[in-house]
Amino acid sequence: MVAKQLSVFIENRQGRLGEVLNVLKQNNVNILSLSLADTTEYGLLRLIVNNPELGKEKLAEDGFSTILTDVLVLKISHQAGSLQQLLKILSDNDVNIEYMYGLSIDGEEASVVLKTSDIKMAEEVLGVQGVKTLSTKDIASL
Amino acid sequence: MYWNQKIECMSRDELTKLQSERLVKLVDYVYNNVEFYRKKMQAVGLVPQDIKNIEDITKLPFTTKDDLRDNYPFGLFAVPDSEIVRVHASSGTTGKATVVGYTKNDIETWSECVARCMTMAGVTKNDIIQIAYGYGLFTGGLGAHYGSEKVGAMVVPMSTGNSKKLTTMMVDFGATAIACTPSYLLHIIEVLEQEGLMDKVKLKYAICGAEPWTEKMHKEIEERLHVRAHDIYGLSEVMGPGVACDCEYHKGLHVCEDHFYPEILSPSTFKWQKPGKTGELVFTTLTKEGLPLIRYRTKDLTSIDYSTCECGRTSARISRFKGRVDDMLIIRGVNVFPSQVEAALVDVKEVSPHYMIIVDRVNNLDTLEIQVEVNPQYYTDEIRVLENLTKKISHVISQALGLNPKIKLVEPQTLVRSEGKAVHVIDKRNLY
Repeated sequence: MVAKQLSVFIENRQGRLGEVLNVLKQNNVNILSLSLADTTEYGLLRLIVNNPELGKEKLAEDGFSTILTDVLVLKISHQAGSLQQLLKILSDNDVNIEYMYGLSIDGEEASVVLKTSDIKMAEEVLGVQGVKTLSTKDIASL
Repeated sequence: MYWNQKIECMSRDELTKLQSERLVKLVDYVYNNVEFYRKKMQAVGLVPQDIKNIEDITKLPFTTKDDLRDNYPFGLFAVPDSEIVRVHASSGTTGKATVVGYTKNDIETWSECVARCMTMAGVTKNDIIQIAYGYGLFTGGLGAHYGSEKVGAMVVPMSTGNSKKLTTMMVDFGATAIACTPSYLLHIIEVLEQEGLMDKVKLKYAICGAEPWTEKMHKEIEERLHVRAHDIYGLSEVMGPGVACDCEYHKGLHVCEDHFYPEILSPSTFKWQKPGKTGELVFTTLTKEGLPLIRYRTKDLTSIDYSTCECGRTSARISRFKGRVDDMLIIRGVNVFPSQVEAALVDVKEVSPHYMIIVDRVNNLDTLEIQVEVNPQYYTDEIRVLENLTKKISHVISQALGLNPKIKLVEPQTLVRSEGKAVHVIDKRNLY
């Protein structure tokens, strides 16, 4: 199962990030995880939210450049080496990771968000190994 | 000190007579050798015999940069290609460059004019001059070079781009003069100060041009570098540097009027402005063979003074430039038209046609930033893709302008949509 990530292009201007968060707040879009990639001129805010479609629609109305991207959200056991094992499965199958970030640490288990070069292949090979992928709905109910 | 006292100090009556003779010859020459001018004259019912003296010049049609573009590359040359010994080129308003051609005599005339300017600035055969204008298609480097050689100075053809080598040689050779853009010279001054070399500098004269500069910059150069700074003016279409230069009294730039006939026109009526009143500078090349131009509109705004200068020269003087009629920018000595940027961006499908050019001067060097909006349908959340896009835009712009811009991607709908005449440029330099 794939999840939808909401990405927003943000110019490096004072207060711009706050404006994005404000739009989400007003529309009751809850942020479950985020990552902010920055360059000297602009940043890319990547969000896992409970309602990505609504978030995209409302941000677009306010003139933000947004995009929904398919990502994999994986549950992994909360112990040393589990992430390494997971990534080995992907690299053994020639799937590259474009970026990743953590979602939450919840008792025994942790979650990571992965953007991969071949999402179908990644999902398949991970599924064979019994790794569970979460949908947006699953994440929203975490 | 004069290079050619007879001409430079000639009485106005004699000069007018000389100009009249040369104009009559020129009109006959272009009518018979350049189809473009023959047709233009025929269209208004003129024959060469209608031009009897210099005042008749107002009967003649204008020439513009667009005419040069429409006749790209050699269409306005008045001689067979075999008589052309050199070409130079400058920016056109869109894709095509403006190409100019010189005969052997033209190169000689050009050298003569630059020699007059160099002499006006104080340069003699005993000087060592570093030419730090770009050498190549740009007229600055080779123009200043030939004129300085004619004076007999020791010429060091530095070209641009290596400030460290320039300052090292300046000190080691004991250079006494430098020719470069004023903004580059201010940058050189900073390098000299940082390296603690200022005490060892022997410079006496700076001959600066190729871009507009303020009285404040002039003073700053003279004070920090302990030189006499001179303003040399020219444009490739008319010849290159050496069309005019200011003398040690700095009361306007003496025009080499026996070769380039200046008119100052009201921007609204295109009639002659009274001396002292600002208008567009228009030149007629009285002696050029390769690419003679009739009433070429420079788009530069200035005023003119015909009174005899304290230096003894009788040639007309044009004032420090007051702006442009069009939207041309001069960035690091390179002519840039916003339309060139627009034309280049058309080929990049990922960006919208909206753009903003931001020119500034940081540490005395011009900076060029171009802001573009990414088209929503090409928007991506991968930085790698956006960075490649930035590189691609930077490449097409630098190919078009000959300058490396900084590209800034901005959010959609953030660039100003103007009502009426589009504003595409923010120039923070305050040059006029």
